[in-house]
Amino acid sequence: MSTEARGKVRVEGGKYRLNGKFHYAFPNDPIRNEEGELMGVTNPRDVTHIHMYGGEAPFFENLSKGKLLGTKCENPDCDAHGSVFVPFRIHCPDCLWKNTIVDMTETANKGASVHTFMITERTGAFNTLEKPIRFVNVEFEGVSTILMGYLPVGEPEMGMKVVPIFQTKSPTFTIIDLAWVPQGTLESELPEGFSFG
Amino acid sequence: MITFSKQQLKVPEMSKPVYLVTGGMSKFGRSIPEKRTEELVIDSFIEAAEFIGKTPADLKRYIHSCYYGHFADHFGDQLLGESVIHDRLGLDPLGNIGIKTGGATGGSTLWEAFKTVASGYSDCVLAMGWERMDEVPTDEGNHYIASAADKDWETPLGHIYTGYYAVMAQKYWQVFGKEEESFRKTMAEIAVKNRGYARMNPHAQGPMKITVEDVINSPVVAHPLRALDCCLMSVGASCAILADEKTAYELTDNPLLVYVAAGSHTLRVADRRDMDIPLLPNETPDQYKDLGERFPGGDRYPGFTGFLAARMAAYYAYRMAGVVDPNKDFDLVELHDAFTISDIQSYEDVGIRPYGEGRTYVESGDCYHTNPYTGKPGELPANLSGGLIGNMHAVGATGIMQTIEVAQHIWNRWAEMHGDDKKWEAFGREKPADWTDLQVKGAKRGMAISHAGVGSHVTSTILVHPDYQLERRQS
Repeated sequence: MSTEARGKVRVEGGKYRLNGKFHYAFPNDPIRNEEGELMGVTNPRDVTHIHMYGGEAPFFENLSKGKLLGTKCENPDCDAHGSVFVPFRIHCPDCLWKNTIVDMTETANKGASVHTFMITERTGAFNTLEKPIRFVNVEFEGVSTILMGYLPVGEPEMGMKVVPIFQTKSPTFTIIDLAWVPQGTLESELPEGFSFG
Repeated sequence: MITFSKQQLKVPEMSKPVYLVTGGMSKFGRSIPEKRTEELVIDSFIEAAEFIGKTPADLKRYIHSCYYGHFADHFGDQLLGESVIHDRLGLDPLGNIGIKTGGATGGSTLWEAFKTVASGYSDCVLAMGWERMDEVPTDEGNHYIASAADKDWETPLGHIYTGYYAVMAQKYWQVFGKEEESFRKTMAEIAVKNRGYARMNPHAQGPMKITVEDVINSPVVAHPLRALDCCLMSVGASCAILADEKTAYELTDNPLLVYVAAGSHTLRVADRRDMDIPLLPNETPDQYKDLGERFPGGDRYPGFTGFLAARMAAYYAYRMAGVVDPNKDFDLVELHDAFTISDIQSYEDVGIRPYGEGRTYVESGDCYHTNPYTGKPGELPANLSGGLIGNMHAVGATGIMQTIEVAQHIWNRWAEMHGDDKKWEAFGREKPADWTDLQVKGAKRGMAISHAGVGSHVTSTILVHPDYQLERRQS
């Protein structure tokens, strides 16, 4: 199937401007049993969703620039005042104030470690990561949450020091643009398209 | 460190008692090509009606509103599937609503049904759950399930929910399991037990006569979890009828008191923040002071090792029903054994064992119908239905199936519902020559835990024979 005309979207004046095809229709096929009796039909289709990042857009944009952003509650009256959130939370979960965006790249470079991990050969449909996937959950100093990511270089261990790497050369603008490698990994060992930022 | 207010920790108070009148379930399978979803739903409804000697038409006359648990619209490829089912059951023009809380959908459906009767809105309600997970190949099914994780922060990472779960398993395995071979065997024992019990259940999709070695040698899914440690992906339906006292006793002479409570926690495990352990009635503030010394890393609560949602569901439900010690106050439980390791985690969250000591529930033999070490009845048998590992996980139906399984023991009708040769034949399944009656003798109270994802929603459904009520607790 040609995807040359695959739908693309721009936002202009607060409205979506669509170009190309957003769905492809295919004929269905009958499903029969050994006796040749009709049991059902296949329902093939191909659709493209239009998904907005809203207040999280700066996070995904900055991954492509080699930066890891978090957010911070700066409401002096909030119990969570001063808490830093990575994953990025647009609003504080306690007071619902709009959080302030903070650059966590340096913190992540200095003091990130693997809280837990897992390795799997199995993935769901539409996976684009190389298998086996090494999931790592990374904790940072001064951050109250533990970020999920993946480790494309090396073998994970709990407590292992890791640093972030970024898909800066051909970004997808999704969470897979952020990955982690063991501290001391050389730039030449990074997967294609990734850099230390 | 986050804290909860007095208002948030209030013990729920209902306006009137609520009873479970009856329930039923369909056959469960990985695929059931010969039947539409509505046929499975109708099968479960007919079983519920016949269980109390009513025709479906008789039972329908009592129903005032309907609660439908169906988690995944995209699996069924039908929005407003609840409306289709409602019509096929012939229940228009009654009010109805769909309930979706991932793996806890069945339990949440009972929660809504329970509150409706307790409030007085309806005297009698239908709680019906189902799932149709055979419309796509397994890898696409895994993608769909992974869509229940955060679509921007988690799903693109492998599109595999097991991965988001297994990081917690890995942490528990390291901290509380201490990566011991003996702990790995304890996990495997749960898979052997639940698949073995499923052999006695004609509804069950995954009965197997296996050994600990079979589990340990099955393919790795995500270390330390292997294929036989994991639950099933299923098709099927289950339902329950809840009513107020007057209606319940009009329909049957043996309804059971029912209590349902719910808890929640962050969808992304990543967002969990540290807190003190909310205590259950059988725990003391001092008992966890040295948890971090006994289990290094175990003092971070809930961390990646506990399920706050399960703890809170039990926190509310135990106090509503007057439960102090689940080991003594319950005669059996059905737990959400999505994975063997999460089953062990649940023992701690619901207070069957203190945090860190979940494995001893299995190792003592207490979780068995018959304790293999003493030959006596297990102290608190778990998942005699086969659970999610051996029986089914037809998501929207699961929490309801668990509840009905517990109820059939309290009604002393387990053997009738599982041993009938005609049922085995109708489901096209061979009754094993060594079929065993798993009825828990003298069962008066029990609980079912319904659990979503990495712990986003959990419900606790407690059933109590009205002659054996406990005293409600205020704190």
